[in-house]
Amino acid sequence: MNKILPKFRWLIGILSLPLLIVLFVPIWRIDLFAPQYPEGLTMKIWHNDLKGDIDIINGLNHYIGMRHISVEMFPEFEIIKYVIIIFVILGLIVAISGRLIVLFWYIVLTFFGGLFTLYDFYRWGYEYGHNLDPTAAIKVPGLSYQPPVIGHKRLLNFDAYSLPDIGAWIVIIVASLFILIYIYHLWLHHKSSKFSAS
Amino acid sequence: MKSIIFKSIFGVGILFMLIATACKPKGMQTAVQGDAAVKAYVPPGQYDEFYNIVSGGFSGQMSVYGIPSGRLFRVIPVFSVDPEKSWGFSEETKPMLNTSHGFVPWDDLHHIALSTTDGIHDGRWAFGNANNTPRIARIDMTTFRTNEILEIPNSGGNHSSPFITENTEYVVAGTRFSIPMDGKVDVPINSYKENFKGTVSFISVDKNNGTMNIAFQILLPGVNFDLARAGKGKSHGWFFFSCYNSEQANTLLEVNASQKDKDFIMAINWKKAEEYVTAGKAVKKTVRYAHNIYDENSHSATSEIKNEVLVLDPKELPGMVYFMPCPKSPHGCDTDPTGEYIVGSGKLAAVIPVFSFTKILAAIDQKNFDSEYDGIPVLKYDAVLHGEVLKPGLGPLHTEFDDNGFAYTSFFVSSEIVKWKISDLTVVDRVPTYYSIGHLCVPGGPTKKPWGKYVIAYNKITKDRYLPTGPELTQSAQLYSIDGDKMKLLLDFPTIGEPHYAEAIPAELIKPKSVKIFKLEENKHPYATLGEKQAKVERKGNDVHVYMSSIRSHFVPDNIEGIKMGDHVYFHVTNLEQDWDVPHGFAVKGANNAELLIMPGETQTLLWEPNRTGVFPMYCTDFCSALHQEMQGYIRVSPASSNVPLTFSTGAKMPQTEQ
Repeated sequence: MNKILPKFRWLIGILSLPLLIVLFVPIWRIDLFAPQYPEGLTMKIWHNDLKGDIDIINGLNHYIGMRHISVEMFPEFEIIKYVIIIFVILGLIVAISGRLIVLFWYIVLTFFGGLFTLYDFYRWGYEYGHNLDPTAAIKVPGLSYQPPVIGHKRLLNFDAYSLPDIGAWIVIIVASLFILIYIYHLWLHHKSSKFSAS
Repeated sequence: MKSIIFKSIFGVGILFMLIATACKPKGMQTAVQGDAAVKAYVPPGQYDEFYNIVSGGFSGQMSVYGIPSGRLFRVIPVFSVDPEKSWGFSEETKPMLNTSHGFVPWDDLHHIALSTTDGIHDGRWAFGNANNTPRIARIDMTTFRTNEILEIPNSGGNHSSPFITENTEYVVAGTRFSIPMDGKVDVPINSYKENFKGTVSFISVDKNNGTMNIAFQILLPGVNFDLARAGKGKSHGWFFFSCYNSEQANTLLEVNASQKDKDFIMAINWKKAEEYVTAGKAVKKTVRYAHNIYDENSHSATSEIKNEVLVLDPKELPGMVYFMPCPKSPHGCDTDPTGEYIVGSGKLAAVIPVFSFTKILAAIDQKNFDSEYDGIPVLKYDAVLHGEVLKPGLGPLHTEFDDNGFAYTSFFVSSEIVKWKISDLTVVDRVPTYYSIGHLCVPGGPTKKPWGKYVIAYNKITKDRYLPTGPELTQSAQLYSIDGDKMKLLLDFPTIGEPHYAEAIPAELIKPKSVKIFKLEENKHPYATLGEKQAKVERKGNDVHVYMSSIRSHFVPDNIEGIKMGDHVYFHVTNLEQDWDVPHGFAVKGANNAELLIMPGETQTLLWEPNRTGVFPMYCTDFCSALHQEMQGYIRVSPASSNVPLTFSTGAKMPQTEQ
């Protein structure tokens, strides 16, 4: 039992392709709400760019000595598109090989890839939130402004929300479905081995 | 099989959407309680409980609202010209805006002080400061008009002003910008530390007629003086000023003036200063400043340039000035109704320090000094501190007080009002403001006897609160009731210009004294026309003086001929009405200034310099009667060389009979 059922090989092949959409949509978003900003300020992270209210956010952050957010802060932007394309190719390889073990390693790779991405995001956030200009106008002792990796955090008068955007949702949904396919095959295998045992 | 797959896809999708929506914040609540409308409602025909005198900021004016309705009654022209009321355009009011820099037609009015007797509102005058070209104005609360403007010499911008002492003995003026002064003024800007100085001026107020005079100035280190409050009760005789930029930066202050952990609250013993002045210790300095007074009998202003001021130097005169460390660029500096506590609001600080006057006296007595700052003793922070309000909010700015021992502090960054108890410094309530409150006002809040009942927030940002009007939005006030344990939002209302500080005073202290008309028999205007018989036109070279009367519904004269190109025509219009609420207006085509709006019994003058020949209409602009639209006339302008005689008439004949 190391074969993926043919119709799932087709499905895996087809599901690999939506990852290409990630190149054309925002991947992650950070939303900031404050009393003065009831409509919210948004930063959208694309695979190679930052969009949204970056200039307004930078203007506010300079009071507390945070560095200006810019594309140059993210060398990762150079390589993300290759990583995405590699994952598409790997998905197709899984489909073509039709072997469950290949799917397993693909899932492992996706999992650690995602984990590494979050770690990388955390590392950037830590650096961004802690490396403050010592001459900043507002210095609150012991306070740093690290944005949340995922979820909500209160930063002075701002409520910050860090959440997946369309791109990340596509990755999450595709990966989840791959996992479901893998589990389904394990279940099939389990059932058939029980059946042959009896 | 397929259905399992599709159900799974569907399920996963729904799950993530749920997570995504659950994480989003809820929208801002308007938070208006059920009975708010009733509490802010003043039925048509009924009066408000309080007058709210509100600064106009960059409009240079003051505005008058009713509380609790938030209805706007009047905009009082002060430092900025106002063509509607001809303020700064009529010949009578032009001198009011005269300064040592000449005619300055605009300013930035930040703060209001209502006169007090024994620390309690007396409803006589309102004072306002000019932040740009340093001045103080006094508004008479019987006429709601600016009666006096005094320029402040040795000042770079009059921000910590016009705060007053308990009996309105003095109104103060502290310079926001320190500048080089005393002759040596053309110096490099980066020689700030050596050459720049600050001053605070104590301006005496005549207790009978309110006339202001600079009694003395105190020469101080070059820092920025921000806000101030007089001591009261036990601390009467002292004055407290917040100061920032003790770093003495002259550029990029947002960074360079925010470096020290503590700046100062300055305590001035003005009784001691008075003693030094009496003892002849003050030095006379040559300066130049304008003193402008409006006389209600001649209906005219005069401007006098003065040249001398007395200056006290605390480096040589000890016991007069002390500094108290106060965290991070203090802004508000407010004394509580008992005069015992002084609240400093470091706008970048994480706590609100509250100083004790008793401890200040003790520390001075024991010489409990931390250091000296430019020759002035700095008291030990811990020695003068009553305590700190912990975790109050972000960006504290100003504090007002009620009559029950509570303080109300505005927080710009966290956009809220925080109510705290003075005795134990605990926070008891907080309400959001929409958005970014600056000043706030409790009726009588700065006095010994707060009237309480409401707190009014003056907000800097309105964004989505009102119908938008392009990029420039209205600023706003918000009314909260404070008579219960919890503050409750009652009303939003838009405001004129940018409101900074405001005061509110019970209507009963002002309303009965309100002037209805000016008596004609008291009109001492040199060009008054006290009856239609006196109407005339006189030529003096190229100046033509028209002595004109107005009464429902005609001018005398209303036909004038013989004006020539190059003439300066002065229309001196007297409103002969002696009835309440019957002003007349006067406008003439092509006038390069404004209209006149003349109150009953008053005389006002408009200068007209026609630039072409022809016949020019003039008319009344204030709808005065059913025949208002008939209240008009003509002026004929002929070439300079013409022989048209100077004649004037009403009703086709020379005006010979009085009505």
